[in-house]
Order: sequence, then structure tokens, then C-alpha cells
Amino acid sequence: MSATTVTKASPYSLGYRVRKGIRLGSTYLVMILLAFFFLFPIIFMLVSSIKTNETQIIRDMSGLAAFVPRGELGIKNYRDVFAQMPFGRFMFNSVFVVGTTVIGGLAVNSMIAYALARLRFRGRQFILTLIIALIIIPFEAVAIPLLLMVNRFGWLDSYHVQIIPFIADPFSIFLFYQFFISLPKDLDEAALVDGASPFRIYWNIILPLSRPVFATVAILQFLSNWGKFLWPLMVTRGFEYRPLPVAIQQFFSQDPKVWGDIFAFSAMITIPVLAVFLLFQKWFVQSVATSGIKG
Amino acid sequence: MATQASTAKAVLAKGRPTGWRRNEAIMAWIFSAPALLLLIVFLLVPFLMAFGLAFTDQRLIPNPNLPTRFVGLRNFVRLLDDETFHRALLNNFLFAAIVVPLQTSLALLLAVVVNQKLRFTNVFRTIYFSPVVTTMVVVAIIWTFLYNPGEGLINAFIQAISLNHLGPYDWLTNTKLAFPAIMLLSIWQGVGFQMVIYLAGLQDIPNELYEAAQVDGANRWQQFWNVTLPQLRNTTIFVVIATTILAFKLFDQVWVMTKGGPQEATMTTMIMVYREGFKQLKVGYASAISVVFFLIVLGVSLLQRVFLREERTVS
Repeated sequence: MSATTVTKASPYSLGYRVRKGIRLGSTYLVMILLAFFFLFPIIFMLVSSIKTNETQIIRDMSGLAAFVPRGELGIKNYRDVFAQMPFGRFMFNSVFVVGTTVIGGLAVNSMIAYALARLRFRGRQFILTLIIALIIIPFEAVAIPLLLMVNRFGWLDSYHVQIIPFIADPFSIFLFYQFFISLPKDLDEAALVDGASPFRIYWNIILPLSRPVFATVAILQFLSNWGKFLWPLMVTRGFEYRPLPVAIQQFFSQDPKVWGDIFAFSAMITIPVLAVFLLFQKWFVQSVATSGIKG
Repeated sequence: MATQASTAKAVLAKGRPTGWRRNEAIMAWIFSAPALLLLIVFLLVPFLMAFGLAFTDQRLIPNPNLPTRFVGLRNFVRLLDDETFHRALLNNFLFAAIVVPLQTSLALLLAVVVNQKLRFTNVFRTIYFSPVVTTMVVVAIIWTFLYNPGEGLINAFIQAISLNHLGPYDWLTNTKLAFPAIMLLSIWQGVGFQMVIYLAGLQDIPNELYEAAQVDGANRWQQFWNVTLPQLRNTTIFVVIATTILAFKLFDQVWVMTKGGPQEATMTTMIMVYREGFKQLKVGYASAISVVFFLIVLGVSLLQRVFLREERTVS
């Protein structure tokens, strides 16, 4: 064993530097190849969306030309999308539904988590156990009974049918709970001596300290709600309340397919989210990492 | 002194003013009420309804002449004979059996690669993660074009690297290829998420362990097998279980690309739930499928508990 350490080449020898160079080079080669694997469909979509000649998109698709913006370029496909459908409406629907769900969720889930973590009352332990048990139920298992229920309520084809059932989320509550319980108890005690009410403690002391967990929950909820497809597919009919994923799927399933327009539509859904991700990527990565503590 | 301090503490802890304590309980319930109410109405009740409806012939739009009846185990008995359901379950298990190991090892590879102290690794991390923020429906649409049967990019690529010996294939209309094609894009879209979870796991491994291994003369590969992998045990359990559950929820990409076809080659449990419950309006039957689906997810989640507990008793 120790022989290897002894015979290890000196860091200044040529052999060592060559080997180190080869290793570094191959590492970067692997990383670049992987980067191409993860980027090529996105680049392909963006490039094709500005090719205004439909036959050229088809002609280019089988080679590297698919990734090169060449030939007739322009924003015609984007204009076509706006001319053929109320894209702005779809975008508004998605932003409104997801925004309201996330913000409502931050309020409601953090409040119950605060009560569970920092207030003493009868039934606390029971509610906590119930919520942790509820984490296990996937939405997919309750989709059909929920559909039956909202149908009876007369909620189909509305905003609230896409928002209200998804505001309260057991896993978000769990994340808030874990964060709140880690804050020192003295904080509340001190405020208590000053005669602060539970609401004032929550609002003035806990909230300002809890920005990281709010960001985490907001991002995780955004990610899981933005791409939501099955539920709006069942509960929206006309274009009025239809969110982006359902809108593009319906556009995509109409024949004949105009690929330039389909890619322009795809790009307009993807670019805003990619931009938000690039701006806050540190937060995104941290939030996703936190979700791993589940269980 | 000590007794004084502890009584002071006790007074503080227990002796919240009586008025405040009553106020505390009331406030706690006010704080809990909105989330609790929503969870009961929109999660717990539908969950219990699924178990109830599974034993009825409930329809989405009730026929006033045919009231909903209790049918006992009829829905479940029918499931036993339903070839489409067998196909769906088999596909979900197949998807889990193939995608989970591939996606988990790729995620670990990516995490190890971008965890190195090299320049630009954060750029690569961002790139590998970007499919995660791309909506699955959009991903499925782009890949449908890439899988174009004639001249699509994937066919062109396979023909180029095999020197025209392989392909072109009819990816999405071939019963043997459609499901693997969906698996590939699912891995492409999802692996970045698991990479980040692995990355967090890697960064939690104390550096001293590697230093000790180096002192023992372990090379990089030995360090990976003897330090990194065992230390990532809990992370791996989490990633495997979470990916398995996702495999059973498979719906969006299948619905966009094949709708369960060709000839049910890509049928999944959730496609069936959607078709039976929403398209055929058979809420009772779809609920029975949902119950089976839930029991599988529950079983998988319990496995995680078992593995994690084992770990705790060992350490």
C-alpha cells in the first residue's frame, strides 16, 4: 500500500503533468458531451422556431443544419401563434393560476406549520401525524374522486378549480415545520414577556427569519404546478381558463401540423421559465436539494 | 441558584399568562384552520371517496334513471381480467425497472462530474438541470419531432454512428420501440433533479473520510466505491424510491406522444385512470384502479421506511 505513495511521481515531473492534462481534458470532454445531450433538443427548438420556411425545417431536421439558424429567418412563426390563438390569455391563465396557488400556499401552509411548531394546543400531535401521513397520498390517486366532487360543486371550467385544491400541501407544511422548529425558542419567550400576541410573533419575528424556507417552498411549488397537465386537461373546456400545457397539447394535436408555429409556441412557454431559472438558479438548486430530506 | 434558575424557567415555560394561553390555543386553531380545511376537503375526503367509489358503479354524469349501486368487488374482479390493465401495470413496473437504475446512475455520474473543483462546473450544472424547468408537455412535443420516423434527428444520428447499418426506425408507431423512446426522454427531462439531490449528498460527506482513504493509499476509484457510495446510501434510497413513485405516475409525455398506443404498447395506469374515469365516465372503475395505484405507491414508500430504519439500527 505505502509503496504507491512512495513511487507516486513528483508533481513537477513531465509524466505527472501529461497525465494530469489528459485527465482534465477527458473530464471536460465528458462534461461537454453531456452538455450537448441535455441542450440539443432545446437549441433545436429555439433555432427551428425562427426558421420561417416550413419545408426548410423539415429538410434541415436530419442533420447539423437543424441547429444552425440559416435560410429564411424571422419572427413570423411567433406572429402566427398570436394570430391563431389567444396566446396572451393562455399565458395569463398559467401565470395567474400558478401565482395564486403558490402565494396562497405560502400563507396557508406556513401558518399551520407555525402553529404546529411553536404554539401549544390540544390536538397538535394528532394534526402533525395526520399531515405527515397525507404526504404519501399522490394527487394522481385522488384525481377521479376530486373530479366527481368539483363537478358536483359546479366548478368545472374556472380558475378556482385549478387553484383551491392545490393551495394546501402537506409536504410544504412539513418543510415549513422543520424550519420553524429549528428556530430558537427564546425568540418567542422574549416577545411573550413583552406581551406580543401569537400573530405578532409570527408576523414580526418568525417571518423575517424564514425567507430561505419561503423561497424553497415557493420554487418547489412553482415547479410542480407550472407543468401541471392532467388536472387542467380534465377540468377546462374552452380557451378561457386553459393553461399553457393544455393549450400547446391541443394545438399540437391538430392536423396538419405546422412545426414552425409549434416550436414558436414551445419557445414562448420555455423561455420565460428558463430566464427565471437562470436568474435565481442558486435558489432553484438549493430548493431541489432540500426536497431530498423527505422521509 | 440552580433551583432558582429552573423554577424561573418553569414559570416562563408553563406560566404563560392564563389569558395568553387560552388565546394561544384559539390562535393555533385559527392558524391551522385554512390549511386543515383544504386538506380535508380536497385530499382526505377524495382519498376516502376513492375507496368507497371503487365498490360502486358510480358514473361521472349520473343517469337519473339508473341510480348508483353498490357492486361489491365487481370492479376489482373485472380488473383481474382486464388485459389493458395488466398491460398498464406491467408497463409501469417495466418503466421503473429500466428507468430507475439508469436515471439514478446517470444522476450520480452527473453529480460527481459537476462536484469537482474545476472551472465552469457550475455552468455545466445549470445546463444539466435546464430540462427540469422545461414543461414535460413541451419536452414530449420536441421529442416527437426528433423521433420522426423517416428523417428525424435521432434516426439520422443512429444511421450515422452505425454507418447506415441501423434504422431508420418508426419510433412512436412501433410497438417495441414506442415505450423505450418515452423512457429516454423521461430520463432526459428528470435526471437533473436527482443530480441536484445527489450533489447535496456529496457535499455532506466529510472531507476527512477522503483524506483517511488517501492515507491508506486508495486510488480515486477505490475512494468512490469505499467512501462515496456507502456515504450516499440514504440519498440513493431516497432517489430510487422517489423515481419509482414517479414511474407509476407516468402520464403527460405518454398522452402527448402516443395516448397509450400503438396497440396499448405504452399503456400506463394513469392513462387508464384518465380514459376510464374521464373519457368513459366510469368513475367507479377508475376509482378501483386508483386504489390499486395508491397501494403500490404506499408499498414503495414503506420500503423506503424499512431501508432507512435498517440503516439507523446498523449505525
